[in-house]
Amino acid sequence: MLQAVQANPNEPLLAVDDLVVEYPVGAKIVHAVSGVSLQIARGETLGLVGESGCGKSTLGRAVLQLRRPTSGRVLFDGHDLTTMQGDALRQMRRRVQLIFQDPIASLNPRRKIGDIVAEPLVIAGVKDAAEREKLVHEVMSAVGLDPSLVVGRLPHEFSGGQCQRICIARALILNPEFIVCDEPVSALDVSIRAQILNLLEEMKGRFGLTLLFIAHDLAVVKAVSDRVAVMYLGRLCEVGPSEQLFARPAHPYTALLIEAIPVPDPDVRPTETIPVGEPPSPIAPPSGCRFRTRCPRADQRCSDEIPELRAVAPGQLVACHHPLI
Amino acid sequence: MTDNGLLSVEDVQVDLPTPRGNLRAVDRVNLRVGAGQTLGVVGESGCGKTMLSRAILQLLPKKAKLSGRVMFDGQDLLQLAPEKLRKLRGRSLAVVFQDPMTSLNPVLTIGTQLIETLQEHLELDDASATRRSVELLAAVGIPAPEQRLAQYPHQLSGGMRQRVAIAIALSCEPRLLIADEPTTALDVTIQAQILDLLAREQRRRHMAMILITHDLGVVAGRTDDVAVMYAGRVVERAPTPALFKKMRMPYTEALLAALPRLDTAPHTPLPAISGRPPDPTRPLQGCSFSPRCRYAAAGCHTEKPALTQAESPEHVYACFHPIGIHAEAGA
Repeated sequence: MLQAVQANPNEPLLAVDDLVVEYPVGAKIVHAVSGVSLQIARGETLGLVGESGCGKSTLGRAVLQLRRPTSGRVLFDGHDLTTMQGDALRQMRRRVQLIFQDPIASLNPRRKIGDIVAEPLVIAGVKDAAEREKLVHEVMSAVGLDPSLVVGRLPHEFSGGQCQRICIARALILNPEFIVCDEPVSALDVSIRAQILNLLEEMKGRFGLTLLFIAHDLAVVKAVSDRVAVMYLGRLCEVGPSEQLFARPAHPYTALLIEAIPVPDPDVRPTETIPVGEPPSPIAPPSGCRFRTRCPRADQRCSDEIPELRAVAPGQLVACHHPLI
Repeated sequence: MTDNGLLSVEDVQVDLPTPRGNLRAVDRVNLRVGAGQTLGVVGESGCGKTMLSRAILQLLPKKAKLSGRVMFDGQDLLQLAPEKLRKLRGRSLAVVFQDPMTSLNPVLTIGTQLIETLQEHLELDDASATRRSVELLAAVGIPAPEQRLAQYPHQLSGGMRQRVAIAIALSCEPRLLIADEPTTALDVTIQAQILDLLAREQRRRHMAMILITHDLGVVAGRTDDVAVMYAGRVVERAPTPALFKKMRMPYTEALLAALPRLDTAPHTPLPAISGRPPDPTRPLQGCSFSPRCRYAAAGCHTEKPALTQAESPEHVYACFHPIGIHAEAGA
């Protein structure tokens, strides 16, 4: 079953192919992710944006096989993770990591920071305690924490920003190639958020990482991403290079998200014409284009036909019957 | 700030005893809000903005020590008898919190909660209270309001719950609405809708509003005045256009610069503010922002700057080395 493909630098490091994630809630089915395909090149950061409940976190977890997808493939460096089991999957997990939104909740409150950060090494079978300590010290310094002041303390002694640094250290310690960052700065204050975003960028360069950066804040996503994918109710609306996507959004939903961002300039009056309504339930998504119930451009075709992703500009793909460009 | 201040907060100070010692949550804050005006209060977590709003509402924890005056419509709320205060809250003074689930009762229907509030403060019979509830839900943009009356909070989305909380807050035509991070828990599109809703209802009712947020972007287009708080103090206060045109306090400037913006290229390092806010139980001798400030000089660490007037009496800042007027300040 396992098909090892030779590593090719031009191949995407991660290729998600027609991924579907559905799960039952009572007698009903939640269509969390419905046929998403995307690629992330080596060294690239792909931003994934969308409102709560659009399936972006579920997609991130399905990529890492923390939630098994209903169908579709996830090719990491040529290996299909969805068919991997047991030891093979555990080995692969050394190369992929996850950083969560709530840094305090993702640290065990009863364990010392040094042990928390060293745990991936223990699991990966690094038996030499001195070696583990050396690696912990290295990675702590890299994320801007003084190891001698930190390792013996407990999570509650640290602020949210420091806890996120600790989580980043833990994610980096096995020297992974790919990290899913799920809303890593949403719980942090503005002044701390900038520190953590800068740290992630620095670590990406230093450790040669590839990132899937999930967030609901478009400005945050733009700050770190090479390309951005916009998700709505389980489907991708648009994918494109960051600058291009924000300058010339092709999907009405992308345009709406951009317009809704509050601009810190009193001369820019907030437009009062935009966002209407709320996303429908993923239990009973609309037929055709899922955004049609909130879209100013929707017509009969949008409820009859599911729009496929197609190119509208170099590198920019949109799933819309009536794109803006 | 207008003269006929509906609310005037004078030298308000809030102290909280903690196991680690006294925590000064609010440090001698002065603010005024006129009828029909919006004041934005901006600051990061722990800067005292929520404690300030609770001091105004007299909803502080029991152990808290409060001093100063809170003048609302000519009466000092600190001197008011509990019964009178209770009548005032909900009627003339209303509040919307960040998490609508903390203000909505999960075991009562939306209708019960609205009708209860209306009948508590206004003399309405059941039929007219119900009719008024439906009107209010419709006014805050809730589809099929009649059916919502029978629903429970958990049956609604976060945005819809916040609309219900706003409907309840507006139900008795308050003269001042305190909105404490009303959109922080919501998605950006829903945030825009809720902020629009608040602005529209405010204009219609000529209501005063205090909009508390950590996001300078939220206050920019939607407030008349802004007060920036840091470590319990107001460190800069100005009419909104003046503040954004000429920020004087380095913290305000740093806070704005640290926001990721859509008009900058990807991978541009953000001008982050180093360090973090001081421990509120260990007050600093000098300016609270001085350990993180790139303009700080020796004097900043030993002496606290008082609020100083900039080019107009409405614009004040607490800094020895304000941006743009270094020469005069350094002399």
